[in-house]
Amino acid sequence: MDNSRRRVTIVLALGVAAFLLLPWYRIDSGFFALDWLAGFPGDAASAPGILQIFSYDRWWLGIAVLMMLAGMGARYIDDPMRRGTLFAWIGAVGVIFLALQGLAIGFSGWTWTIGEGLFGPLQEGQPSMGAGAVIMALGFVLLFAFGFADRGAMRGDAFIVASITMLVFLVVIFVFYPIGSMFVGAFQDFDGSFNSEGFAKNIVDPSIWSLDCIVGGNRCGVAWRTLFLAILTATGSTVMGLAFALLATRTRFPFKKGLRLLTVLPIITPPFVVGLALILLFGRSGVVTQTLSSVFGIEPGRWLYGLTGIWIAQVLSFTPISFLVLIGVVEGVSPSMEEASQTLRADRWRTFWHVSLPLMKPGLANAFLIAFIESMADFGNPMVLGGSHGVLSTDIFFAVVGSQNDPTRAAVLAMILLVFTLSAFLAQRLWLSGKNFATVTGKGDSGQHAALPKPISIAVHALVIPWMIFTVVVYCMILFGGFVKTWGLDNSLTFAHYVKAFSISFEADGVAWTGVAWNSFWTTMEIALVSAPLTAAVGLLTAYLIVRQKFAGRELFEFALMMSFAIPGTVIGISYIMAFNLPPLEMTGTAAILVACFVFRNMPVGVRGGVAAMSQLDKSLDEASLTLRADSFRTIRKVVLPLLRPAINAALVYSFVRAITSISAVIFLVSAEYNMATSYIVGLVENGEYGVAIAYSSTLIVVMVAIITGFQYLVGERRLRRENRVAGSHARLPIPQEKTA
Amino acid sequence: MKSNSAGSVVFENVCKTFGAFVAIPDLSFTISPGELVTLLGPSGCGKTTTLRMLAGLEHPSAGRILIGGRDVTMLPANERDVSMVFQSYALFPHMNALDNVAYGLESSGLKKKEAREQAEAVLELVGLGGFGQRLPAELSGGQQQRVAVARALALEPQVLLLDEPLSNLDARLRRRVRTEIRELQQRLGFTAVYVTHDQDEALAVSDRVVIMKDGEIAQAGSPRELYEAPASAFIADFMGEANVVDCEVLTSEGDRARIRIGALEHFIPARGARPGPARLAVRPNAVTLEPASEAALSGTITHSAYLGDHVEYEVKTAAGTFFVVDPAVDRSLETASSVAVGFRDRGIALIQPDLNEPGFSYGI
Ligand SMILES: Nc1ncnc2c1ncn2[C@@H]1O[C@H](COP(=O)(O)OP(=O)(O)O)[C@@H](O)[C@H]1O
Ligand SMILES: [Mg+2]
Repeated sequence: MDNSRRRVTIVLALGVAAFLLLPWYRIDSGFFALDWLAGFPGDAASAPGILQIFSYDRWWLGIAVLMMLAGMGARYIDDPMRRGTLFAWIGAVGVIFLALQGLAIGFSGWTWTIGEGLFGPLQEGQPSMGAGAVIMALGFVLLFAFGFADRGAMRGDAFIVASITMLVFLVVIFVFYPIGSMFVGAFQDFDGSFNSEGFAKNIVDPSIWSLDCIVGGNRCGVAWRTLFLAILTATGSTVMGLAFALLATRTRFPFKKGLRLLTVLPIITPPFVVGLALILLFGRSGVVTQTLSSVFGIEPGRWLYGLTGIWIAQVLSFTPISFLVLIGVVEGVSPSMEEASQTLRADRWRTFWHVSLPLMKPGLANAFLIAFIESMADFGNPMVLGGSHGVLSTDIFFAVVGSQNDPTRAAVLAMILLVFTLSAFLAQRLWLSGKNFATVTGKGDSGQHAALPKPISIAVHALVIPWMIFTVVVYCMILFGGFVKTWGLDNSLTFAHYVKAFSISFEADGVAWTGVAWNSFWTTMEIALVSAPLTAAVGLLTAYLIVRQKFAGRELFEFALMMSFAIPGTVIGISYIMAFNLPPLEMTGTAAILVACFVFRNMPVGVRGGVAAMSQLDKSLDEASLTLRADSFRTIRKVVLPLLRPAINAALVYSFVRAITSISAVIFLVSAEYNMATSYIVGLVENGEYGVAIAYSSTLIVVMVAIITGFQYLVGERRLRRENRVAGSHARLPIPQEKTA
Repeated sequence: MKSNSAGSVVFENVCKTFGAFVAIPDLSFTISPGELVTLLGPSGCGKTTTLRMLAGLEHPSAGRILIGGRDVTMLPANERDVSMVFQSYALFPHMNALDNVAYGLESSGLKKKEAREQAEAVLELVGLGGFGQRLPAELSGGQQQRVAVARALALEPQVLLLDEPLSNLDARLRRRVRTEIRELQQRLGFTAVYVTHDQDEALAVSDRVVIMKDGEIAQAGSPRELYEAPASAFIADFMGEANVVDCEVLTSEGDRARIRIGALEHFIPARGARPGPARLAVRPNAVTLEPASEAALSGTITHSAYLGDHVEYEVKTAAGTFFVVDPAVDRSLETASSVAVGFRDRGIALIQPDLNEPGFSYGI
């Protein structure tokens, strides 16, 4: 078993190198700026671990070194079972020790008073973990995994065990640790001491929980408002989605292709854009408002700015998603059921009410819950339309950035929001799972879907046609609005907004990007470019593990990953701030935190796509590769990945585009140095610069359309079997089943 | 291709459970180098599981597996010196035939060029010389099957595993390919473990057949032993159809035993039978029928079907119902007519479990 020793040796060598050669603690100016090299290794700030112990009194780091040495000793044990057990213990203890010392010892000494009681006061505290500490921690994680591989876990496949361990570790760090920190933050004072006052005060706050709108006639608390809005939005978009789905599958509607096009919209539309367009139409100086006031003398009102406006914007935004979910459901109802019903003397009406609709019920409930979560998580539309009297997601934001600056309140609000969305998610997973009657069998289920009953057909047309026109108008507004000087006041056409945003001047020493948007535009592109491949890689690796490997806790693993999807972006944003602003891991203000946020928020889509594609790949292909002397890494590279290329492309495009359009978590995490397009646009809206905001938004939309179509064009199709049965050989647009803003 | 790489296989008290379900309770056997052994048994009896444990795709819950004298129980699949032909072939659809065959060689660290040259030679060996550049989708079922065999053989494994390799071929092709596989195995002399549920196939290709039932070995032996001396009604029925009826062994002297079925007495090869009640396996073509109203064992035809080269009858007698295959197609016995039932000398075997050795161990 030389293999086993070799990999452990490499990991231990890495750990030792990290300890001897890399700055142990975080470098303020950034590790990759490399200006720490000047003072290395003597400077306290950049000294490696070994000097931190001997020159700077950080004796506790010695324990980590002892663990490494123990690992080296364990290499000489011959029995793989005993050796593996020892490796696993050393790895686990090592990584837990590093985490605990990071949490317990802060800048100025013990942060956990229990430490002081046990070991006495410390002269020196410590900054956040840096390259050295992080690499050593990863080394311990790998050691732990290799120990299990030695013990024969996953048929002794070290790559698989290491992947699972790494993924779990990263998900813990980037999903569960922040959420946990947020919970802890709710009970802390500014100085970090325990204080439940803030929590107690906020959790019963009438501005959150009051039911005045029912009994008093005043406004309800924000929690109830958010809940009502979510229910109304979910109802609205489910009904609209169903109408669209019925129209697309059960009628002879002439513009079905156009309907399908609609499904692309939510992918490419930044979440606040619909709200913006509504302002241009119905705001105080909107086209419709102005026309009505000049023709009929109707006083321009502010009705749009509040729940009504948010509701319209959300239904507009989420109907395409519901449509996408429901079209599968509606098509999935087996035509033979409906034909059977008709041969049993049932007319169309009876068939629809007693056969088709009941069969669609679980699908409808699913669509409802998805829209419910979407609405709860939506930040862009309430931000643009609700102002400060908004919903939970915006209140969370204003609790930390506004004059309030009350992190406890933000944490409490975030917890409430999380409880709502997770309940919906749990309902969706537990209550609806296995209840899907609508199945496409793959057998030639011939026969025809029954035509809709007349009244329903009329109702469907009456809902869909105006809504489609409305959608088209809204999107025209978006593309057109950037060319109007001052909306409502001076409707003359101009390029001024585009010039302001995207002007370039050519000077002697090259191109000068003088437009105000360039900075955030390029940052966005860079970060999207970095995070897209990472997201796709992590997502597909996870999918491979879920579909192809059997391990204890696999279902829990999948569940935890999917759950991160139901965590609203605002909650992620606030929890990242609370977790990564202080030692042991300080990441706020860096590009890394944005990338991490995107990877772990968008990964579930990659997982879903990968799972779907991989379940269609015959498992014996992997096994054949294994029996042909290829290890699992080579198997993935040579067999699985080439066959999954369409899924990979979809995941890449989707995560790229999502990194560009998302706002809710991003707005907490941007910094002066790394500003993203969406948060810059929201800033413009807050300043009333609608023209530039719209111009920038439409540019983003055009860029994304170009990227998606470009990708579609590049991705060819390959015939692999006569019947072309291999998973997803068709290049298809990525499908966001559940898009959380 | 060298032929001296054949290895032996030893299973020592191997047990495999899936959760609470015990697929293989306790399996031990030995296969000597260069032998082709078939695992035969009804669906779900654990053949594939056994083969996959040998390949390293499943690990035993207990027990030891040795290949070529080396303990491989905990060795991952890619470090074992065996290779496998899959039921679905599992050809990589994105690689052409040549790349498929070269894949294992490249995994083992061979240079691309050398791997291709060797792969070309192996394709030649299975009669697919000019087909290297075709994608699997561009090959017929039989050709795909041969690529799968070539891919496994290219590695010159100690043991070749085949899991129902012919089940995706039509009947005519199946006969041809099984002959080819057997010829290849005898020519190159590798050890092979062949899984099938088709007893014809098992009889045609094997040196030895292991019949499995519920994860245990029901009987093992050469095709002839199993056919002529089945250890149980299950085996008798599984190795070609058999009518299993009660009988009594009257005397057993020398190599002949006298038995009684109903009122009919008959002599069969003794094979160590002891007097007393026993069960008898009678092949359908070992029963003779003559029109007669009176006989020692008389029967009534309850069903008949004309099948071109033979006629099938169902005959009800005092000793039980017989399924009879009669080559005499020119005469036809009417349904409900009475017949005298008799037996030929071959195709009849006594089932007395203790006649056969219980375990399966040879060739060590
Ligand atoms: N991965 C598995 N999980 C649970 N049960 C299994 C698994 N693989 C096989 N089995 C069970 O083990 C028994 C033997 O299966 P198998 O070896 O595939 O039979 P066969 O002889 O038809 O090839 C069957 O009852 C099957 O259901
Ligand atoms: Mg099988």
